[in-house]
Amino acid sequence: MSSTFETVANIIAETCDIPRENITPESHAIDDLGIDSLDFLDIAFAIDKAFGIKLPLESWTQEVNEGKATTEQYFVLKNLCARIDELIAAKSA
Amino acid sequence: MRLEYFQMVDKVLALDLEARTLRTANIVPDKSPIFEGHFPGHPLLPGVLLFEIMAQSCGMLLLRLHNYDRMAFLASVDKGKLRTFVTPGQVIEVFAEMVHDGSGFARLKAEGRVEGKLVCNAEVTLKTMPFPAPELRGYLLETAERIGMPMGTPAELGSSAPASAGNLTHV
Repeated sequence: MSSTFETVANIIAETCDIPRENITPESHAIDDLGIDSLDFLDIAFAIDKAFGIKLPLESWTQEVNEGKATTEQYFVLKNLCARIDELIAAKSA
Repeated sequence: MRLEYFQMVDKVLALDLEARTLRTANIVPDKSPIFEGHFPGHPLLPGVLLFEIMAQSCGMLLLRLHNYDRMAFLASVDKGKLRTFVTPGQVIEVFAEMVHDGSGFARLKAEGRVEGKLVCNAEVTLKTMPFPAPELRGYLLETAERIGMPMGTPAELGSSAPASAGNLTHV
Protein backbone atom coordinates (compact mmCIF):
# COMPACT_ATOMS: atom_id res chain seq x y z
CA MET A 1 0.00 0.00 0.00
CA SER A 2 2.84 2.38 0.79
CA SER A 3 4.15 2.50 -2.77
CA THR A 4 0.60 2.78 -4.04
CA PHE A 5 0.03 5.68 -1.69
CA GLU A 6 3.22 7.40 -2.79
CA THR A 7 2.18 7.16 -6.41
CA VAL A 8 -1.35 8.37 -5.72
CA ALA A 9 -0.18 11.21 -3.50
CA ASN A 10 2.27 12.37 -6.14
CA ILE A 11 -0.45 12.24 -8.79
CA ILE A 12 -2.77 14.32 -6.62
CA ALA A 13 -0.04 16.82 -5.78
CA GLU A 14 0.87 17.27 -9.41
CA THR A 15 -2.65 17.21 -10.84
CA CYS A 16 -4.27 19.50 -8.29
CA ASP A 17 -1.28 21.62 -7.28
CA ILE A 18 -1.60 20.56 -3.65
CA PRO A 19 1.57 20.55 -1.53
CA ARG A 20 2.72 16.96 -1.21
CA GLU A 21 3.21 17.30 2.55
CA ASN A 22 -0.50 18.07 2.96
CA ILE A 23 -1.48 14.71 1.52
CA THR A 24 -1.62 11.83 4.01
CA PRO A 25 -3.20 8.37 4.00
CA GLU A 26 -5.92 9.80 6.25
CA SER A 27 -6.75 12.65 3.85
CA HIS A 28 -10.24 12.69 2.39
CA ALA A 29 -9.84 13.69 -1.22
CA ILE A 30 -13.04 15.73 -1.25
CA ASP A 31 -13.46 17.00 2.30
CA ASP A 32 -9.82 17.57 3.25
CA LEU A 33 -8.09 18.23 -0.06
CA GLY A 34 -10.97 20.02 -1.77
CA ILE A 35 -10.79 17.96 -4.92
CA ASP A 36 -13.92 18.29 -7.04
CA SER A 37 -15.38 15.79 -9.46
CA LEU A 38 -13.72 17.31 -12.53
CA ASP A 39 -10.28 17.30 -10.93
CA PHE A 40 -10.92 13.74 -9.83
CA LEU A 41 -11.36 12.75 -13.49
CA ASP A 42 -7.79 13.89 -14.11
CA ILE A 43 -6.65 11.94 -11.06
CA ALA A 44 -8.56 8.85 -12.16
CA PHE A 45 -7.04 9.14 -15.62
CA ALA A 46 -3.53 9.31 -14.14
CA ILE A 47 -4.20 6.44 -11.70
CA ASP A 48 -5.66 4.27 -14.48
CA LYS A 49 -2.60 4.88 -16.61
CA ALA A 50 -0.10 4.47 -13.78
CA PHE A 51 -1.48 1.16 -12.56
CA GLY A 52 -3.03 -0.23 -15.73
CA ILE A 53 -6.46 -0.45 -14.15
CA LYS A 54 -9.86 1.17 -14.54
CA LEU A 55 -11.19 2.75 -11.38
CA PRO A 56 -14.93 1.99 -11.27
CA LEU A 57 -15.85 5.58 -10.58
CA GLU A 58 -19.36 5.25 -11.88
CA SER A 59 -20.31 2.35 -9.63
CA TRP A 60 -18.65 4.01 -6.64
CA THR A 61 -20.60 7.19 -7.25
CA GLN A 62 -23.80 5.23 -7.65
CA GLU A 63 -23.22 3.36 -4.40
CA VAL A 64 -22.60 6.61 -2.55
CA ASN A 65 -25.65 8.28 -4.07
CA GLU A 66 -27.83 5.30 -3.14
CA GLY A 67 -26.51 5.27 0.42
CA LYS A 68 -24.90 1.86 -0.02
CA ALA A 69 -21.44 3.25 0.66
CA THR A 70 -19.88 6.31 2.22
CA THR A 71 -17.49 8.67 0.50
CA GLU A 72 -14.91 7.67 3.13
CA GLN A 73 -14.84 4.14 1.75
CA TYR A 74 -13.57 5.34 -1.60
CA PHE A 75 -12.13 8.80 -1.15
CA VAL A 76 -10.06 8.59 2.03
CA LEU A 77 -6.71 7.95 0.43
CA LYS A 78 -5.73 4.85 2.40
CA ASN A 79 -9.06 3.32 1.40
CA LEU A 80 -8.65 4.46 -2.20
CA CYS A 81 -5.20 2.87 -2.28
CA ALA A 82 -6.60 -0.37 -0.84
CA ARG A 83 -9.16 -0.42 -3.66
CA ILE A 84 -6.39 0.19 -6.17
CA ASP A 85 -4.38 -2.69 -4.74
CA GLU A 86 -7.45 -4.91 -5.02
CA LEU A 87 -7.91 -3.94 -8.66
CA ILE A 88 -4.24 -4.62 -9.39
CA ALA A 89 -4.47 -8.01 -7.69
CA ALA A 90 -7.65 -8.86 -9.60
CA LYS A 91 -5.98 -7.91 -12.86
CA SER A 92 -2.99 -10.18 -12.28
CA ALA A 93 -5.05 -13.07 -10.85
CA MET B 1 -21.35 22.70 -40.97
CA ARG B 2 -24.41 24.47 -39.58
CA LEU B 3 -22.86 26.73 -37.04
CA GLU B 4 -26.11 28.04 -35.60
CA TYR B 5 -27.20 24.48 -34.80
CA PHE B 6 -23.77 23.41 -33.61
CA GLN B 7 -23.68 20.77 -36.34
CA MET B 8 -19.96 20.75 -36.93
CA VAL B 9 -19.18 17.37 -38.43
CA ASP B 10 -20.15 17.02 -42.09
CA LYS B 11 -18.69 13.68 -42.98
CA VAL B 12 -16.81 10.71 -41.61
CA LEU B 13 -13.71 10.13 -43.69
CA ALA B 14 -12.36 7.11 -41.82
CA LEU B 15 -13.17 5.09 -38.74
CA ASP B 16 -10.79 2.56 -37.21
CA LEU B 17 -12.44 0.69 -34.36
CA GLU B 18 -9.32 -1.23 -33.40
CA ALA B 19 -7.06 1.79 -33.30
CA ARG B 20 -9.98 3.79 -31.86
CA THR B 21 -9.55 6.70 -34.26
CA LEU B 22 -11.89 8.80 -36.36
CA ARG B 23 -11.21 11.25 -39.14
CA THR B 24 -13.91 13.75 -40.10
CA ALA B 25 -14.50 16.58 -42.54
CA ASN B 26 -15.90 19.83 -41.20
CA ILE B 27 -16.70 22.43 -43.83
CA VAL B 28 -16.78 26.03 -42.70
CA PRO B 29 -19.77 27.72 -44.37
CA ASP B 30 -19.23 30.65 -46.70
CA LYS B 31 -21.83 32.68 -44.87
CA SER B 32 -23.04 32.83 -41.29
CA PRO B 33 -24.26 35.57 -38.94
CA ILE B 34 -21.27 34.65 -36.81
CA PHE B 35 -18.96 36.16 -39.39
CA GLU B 36 -20.83 39.46 -39.26
CA GLY B 37 -19.46 40.00 -35.80
CA HIS B 38 -16.34 37.86 -35.90
CA PHE B 39 -15.04 40.01 -37.52
CA PRO B 40 -16.40 42.78 -39.77
CA GLY B 41 -14.30 42.78 -42.91
CA HIS B 42 -12.15 39.94 -41.60
CA PRO B 43 -14.33 36.83 -41.12
CA LEU B 44 -12.75 34.14 -38.97
CA LEU B 45 -14.12 30.96 -37.46
CA PRO B 46 -14.05 31.68 -33.70
CA GLY B 47 -11.38 29.73 -31.91
CA VAL B 48 -13.87 28.42 -29.38
CA LEU B 49 -15.68 26.73 -32.25
CA LEU B 50 -12.48 25.00 -33.30
CA PHE B 51 -12.48 23.43 -29.86
CA GLU B 52 -16.12 22.50 -30.34
CA ILE B 53 -15.29 20.92 -33.70
CA MET B 54 -12.56 18.81 -32.12
CA ALA B 55 -14.80 17.91 -29.17
CA GLN B 56 -17.62 16.80 -31.48
CA SER B 57 -15.35 14.50 -33.47
CA CYS B 58 -14.10 13.06 -30.18
CA GLY B 59 -17.69 12.63 -29.06
CA MET B 60 -18.69 10.95 -32.31
CA LEU B 61 -15.84 8.49 -31.90
CA LEU B 62 -16.71 7.78 -28.29
CA LEU B 63 -20.40 7.27 -29.02
CA ARG B 64 -19.58 4.93 -31.86
CA LEU B 65 -17.20 2.91 -29.70
CA HIS B 66 -19.97 2.58 -27.12
CA ASN B 67 -22.58 1.75 -29.77
CA TYR B 68 -24.61 4.82 -28.87
CA ASP B 69 -25.61 3.52 -25.46
CA ARG B 70 -24.25 6.58 -23.65
CA MET B 71 -24.05 10.32 -24.21
CA ALA B 72 -20.77 12.22 -24.02
CA PHE B 73 -20.45 15.72 -22.61
CA LEU B 74 -17.44 17.99 -22.84
CA ALA B 75 -15.70 18.23 -19.47
CA SER B 76 -12.34 19.79 -20.18
CA VAL B 77 -9.93 20.88 -22.89
CA ASP B 78 -6.24 20.65 -22.08
CA LYS B 79 -3.22 21.82 -24.00
CA GLY B 80 -5.46 23.57 -26.51
CA LYS B 81 -3.67 25.33 -29.34
CA LEU B 82 -5.13 27.55 -32.06
CA ARG B 83 -2.34 27.77 -34.57
CA THR B 84 -3.68 29.80 -37.43
CA PHE B 85 -6.81 31.52 -38.73
CA VAL B 86 -9.62 29.47 -40.22
CA THR B 87 -11.80 31.29 -42.72
CA PRO B 88 -15.17 30.73 -44.48
CA GLY B 89 -15.17 27.95 -47.05
CA GLN B 90 -12.22 26.04 -45.67
CA VAL B 91 -12.44 22.33 -44.89
CA ILE B 92 -11.10 21.23 -41.52
CA GLU B 93 -10.11 17.61 -41.28
CA VAL B 94 -10.20 16.48 -37.68
CA PHE B 95 -8.37 13.43 -36.45
CA ALA B 96 -9.61 12.13 -33.09
CA GLU B 97 -7.91 9.38 -31.15
CA MET B 98 -8.97 7.64 -27.96
CA VAL B 99 -6.29 7.83 -25.30
CA HIS B 100 -8.12 6.25 -22.39
CA ASP B 101 -11.67 5.02 -21.99
CA GLY B 102 -12.29 5.26 -18.25
CA SER B 103 -15.27 4.70 -16.00
CA GLY B 104 -17.69 7.50 -16.77
CA PHE B 105 -15.14 9.55 -18.67
CA ALA B 106 -12.77 9.35 -21.59
CA ARG B 107 -9.63 11.18 -22.59
CA LEU B 108 -8.97 11.77 -26.28
CA LYS B 109 -6.57 13.68 -28.46
CA ALA B 110 -7.68 15.68 -31.45
CA GLU B 111 -6.13 17.80 -34.13
CA GLY B 112 -7.56 19.82 -37.00
CA ARG B 113 -5.88 20.40 -40.34
CA VAL B 114 -6.70 22.55 -43.35
CA GLU B 115 -5.07 21.32 -46.55
CA GLY B 116 -2.69 19.29 -44.42
CA LYS B 117 -1.62 22.20 -42.26
CA LEU B 118 -2.19 21.87 -38.53
CA VAL B 119 -4.60 24.58 -37.37
CA CYS B 120 -5.62 23.35 -33.92
CA ASN B 121 -5.05 20.55 -31.45
CA ALA B 122 -6.08 19.66 -27.92
CA GLU B 123 -6.60 16.93 -25.37
CA VAL B 124 -10.28 16.52 -24.66
CA THR B 125 -11.96 14.93 -21.67
CA LEU B 126 -15.56 13.81 -22.08
CA LYS B 127 -17.88 12.69 -19.33
CA THR B 128 -20.18 9.87 -20.28
CA MET B 129 -23.55 8.96 -18.86
CA PRO B 130 -26.77 7.30 -19.94
CA PHE B 131 -28.74 9.38 -22.41
CA PRO B 132 -30.77 11.87 -20.35
CA ALA B 133 -33.53 11.94 -22.98
CA PRO B 134 -34.51 9.33 -25.58
CA GLU B 135 -34.86 11.94 -28.30
CA LEU B 136 -31.23 12.89 -27.79
CA ARG B 137 -30.12 9.37 -28.63
CA GLY B 138 -32.37 9.47 -31.68
CA TYR B 139 -30.84 12.76 -32.75
CA LEU B 140 -27.32 11.35 -32.41
CA LEU B 141 -28.24 8.27 -34.43
CA GLU B 142 -29.67 10.53 -37.13
CA THR B 143 -26.48 12.52 -37.02
CA ALA B 144 -24.43 9.35 -37.38
CA GLU B 145 -26.40 8.48 -40.49
CA ARG B 146 -26.10 12.00 -41.87
CA ILE B 147 -22.33 12.06 -41.58
CA GLY B 148 -21.90 8.52 -42.90
CA MET B 149 -20.66 6.85 -39.74
CA PRO B 150 -19.88 3.20 -40.53
CA MET B 151 -22.06 1.10 -38.23
CA GLY B 152 -20.82 -2.46 -38.72
CA THR B 153 -18.84 -4.58 -36.29
CA PRO B 154 -15.04 -4.47 -36.33
CA ALA B 155 -14.99 -7.75 -38.24
CA GLU B 156 -17.40 -6.38 -40.82
CA LEU B 157 -15.55 -3.11 -41.15
CA GLY B 158 -11.98 -4.36 -41.10
CA SER B 159 -9.31 -2.47 -39.27
CA SER B 160 -10.04 0.75 -41.09
CA ALA B 161 -13.43 1.72 -42.37
CA PRO B 162 -13.44 4.42 -44.97
CA ALA B 163 -16.68 6.28 -45.23
CA SER B 164 -16.15 6.84 -48.94
CA ALA B 165 -12.50 6.85 -49.82
CA GLY B 166 -11.96 10.16 -48.12
CA ASN B 167 -13.50 12.39 -50.75
CA LEU B 168 -16.03 15.07 -49.94
CA THR B 169 -18.35 14.66 -52.87
CA HIS B 170 -21.20 13.42 -50.70
CA VAL B 171 -21.06 16.19 -48.13
